Amino acid sequence: MRIRFFALLAVFGLAGSAMLVTAARPAGGTITGKVTFTGTPPKMKPIDMSKEPYCQKLHNPPIKTQDVETGPGDTLEDAVVFISAGDQGSSSASTPVRYDQKGCQYIPHVAVMMVDQPLQIYNDDPNAHNIHPLPKVNSEWNKSQPPGAPPIDTKWDKPEFISVKCNIHPWMHGYFVVLKTSHYGVTGPDGTFTIKDVPPGKYTVTAWQEHMGTQTQEVTVAGGAATANFVFKAMPY
Amino acid sequence: MALAKKITRSLMLAAFGAALATPGVALAQDTGASVNGLTGNAEAGKRDYRRWCVGCHGKEGNGEGENAPYIDPRPRDFTEALFRWRSTPTGTLPTDQDLYDTITRGVVDTLMPTWRPLTPQTRVDLIAYIKTFSPKWQTQRAGAPITIPPEPPQTIDSVLHGRQLFDQMQCWKCHGPEGRGDGPSAITLTDDKGEPIRPYNFHDGTRFRCGETNSDLYKIFMTGLDGTPMPSFADSLKPQDAWDLVHFLRTLQPNVQSESRNVWLEYVKTHQGQIKPIGAESAGQ
Repeated sequence: MRIRFFALLAVFGLAGSAMLVTAARPAGGTITGKVTFTGTPPKMKPIDMSKEPYCQKLHNPPIKTQDVETGPGDTLEDAVVFISAGDQGSSSASTPVRYDQKGCQYIPHVAVMMVDQPLQIYNDDPNAHNIHPLPKVNSEWNKSQPPGAPPIDTKWDKPEFISVKCNIHPWMHGYFVVLKTSHYGVTGPDGTFTIKDVPPGKYTVTAWQEHMGTQTQEVTVAGGAATANFVFKAMPY
Repeated sequence: MALAKKITRSLMLAAFGAALATPGVALAQDTGASVNGLTGNAEAGKRDYRRWCVGCHGKEGNGEGENAPYIDPRPRDFTEALFRWRSTPTGTLPTDQDLYDTITRGVVDTLMPTWRPLTPQTRVDLIAYIKTFSPKWQTQRAGAPITIPPEPPQTIDSVLHGRQLFDQMQCWKCHGPEGRGDGPSAITLTDDKGEPIRPYNFHDGTRFRCGETNSDLYKIFMTGLDGTPMPSFADSLKPQDAWDLVHFLRTLQPNVQSESRNVWLEYVKTHQGQIKPIGAESAGQ
């Protein structure tokens, strides 16, 4: 009985000191890649903003829905690629992430942040918006933001992919992607991403696209650059 | 000798377990229920739930009871721990009193009846039981109830300021310029499950689903109705502003007797043609 007690104590002690040792390891390589698709994705439709004349006037021709943003070479924009297992050397983030409501659109469409990282939401339009995130794991809230109101300061305390909407303007859709890791990248219009400062090791890397779901890959980083490309199968609906 | 060893062993295990569990006491949690000096018993609540509530709210408390497919609006899904009518800020759990009030009052214009025929103890037991449907009660405390300052007199200045706020905050986008629930965004509103939902119609309505007093109305927009398109305006309205808005909203209800509506009608009589319609300037044009 006593032996078991001390054995348990030793295990906890070792685990604790192992955590301290890991945090001190130096940063290293990068993971880069491209996210593309095969098949036919759904057609993005132009958004009718006639219910908000100010925003309608800003977008001529109208902007399209952003569920699947494709580019030349069948690339996917706004896909989030991150280390989902085996992560080490992640540091918490204190720089606020900015989310704008501008021209009745969320900019960026997908905002990535770490758990507990400050998030600041701005209303840049002369009309009111309400910001309504729809988490299942974190707590849902819904706040009005009239024109000229100060930014909303908030944060999320659990990792989750949270869809965001505005009830006043039903076409407005966006995402808060809350991650445990600081090792993530978001694809740009050319479908490429870069994950920096990755210590050498074996990782599981996940790519997420809001309409097409997730894909994972095992990636080994040996101190230099590693590549991980993701190809999603697109369906027209 | 063997028995003594066994007892010592279990005592040590218990002590070790207690030592590990002690940090858990410091964790925020809000299991259990207590209202008006009565303490809820979840076991008793379970028996009462299975008798009175399961038909709509379901055995797993997920709003999928036998009656649920035929009901609009749908019964509350307790597994989400997301509640509409609270005295606490948006994104926080309601207090036991909030839940007790909803059960007691029932929800007007829905199939949730008043449960006054159940004893207060039974109602508190039910609250203790429904908290077992979501793990959120284990990790979060109920929010701190908002402070509602004393209501100022219902003067025309208060009503006019409230009218200005209704315009500026763009409440009319959903509720409509006359509060008839027919604003430009009304037809596209959806609740969290994607089902259509309409904004409150002040012109036809008298009671609200969470009560009928001015304080109840104050709480609606200062805490937001979580799970619906109705947001919280607590970040945008000072408490004094909120009371002015309450007074203006009462003028939109011809079926409710209020001092606010009386002073407003007097004002309209003597200021014909001078009152700017709502929604013209703040439409962002």
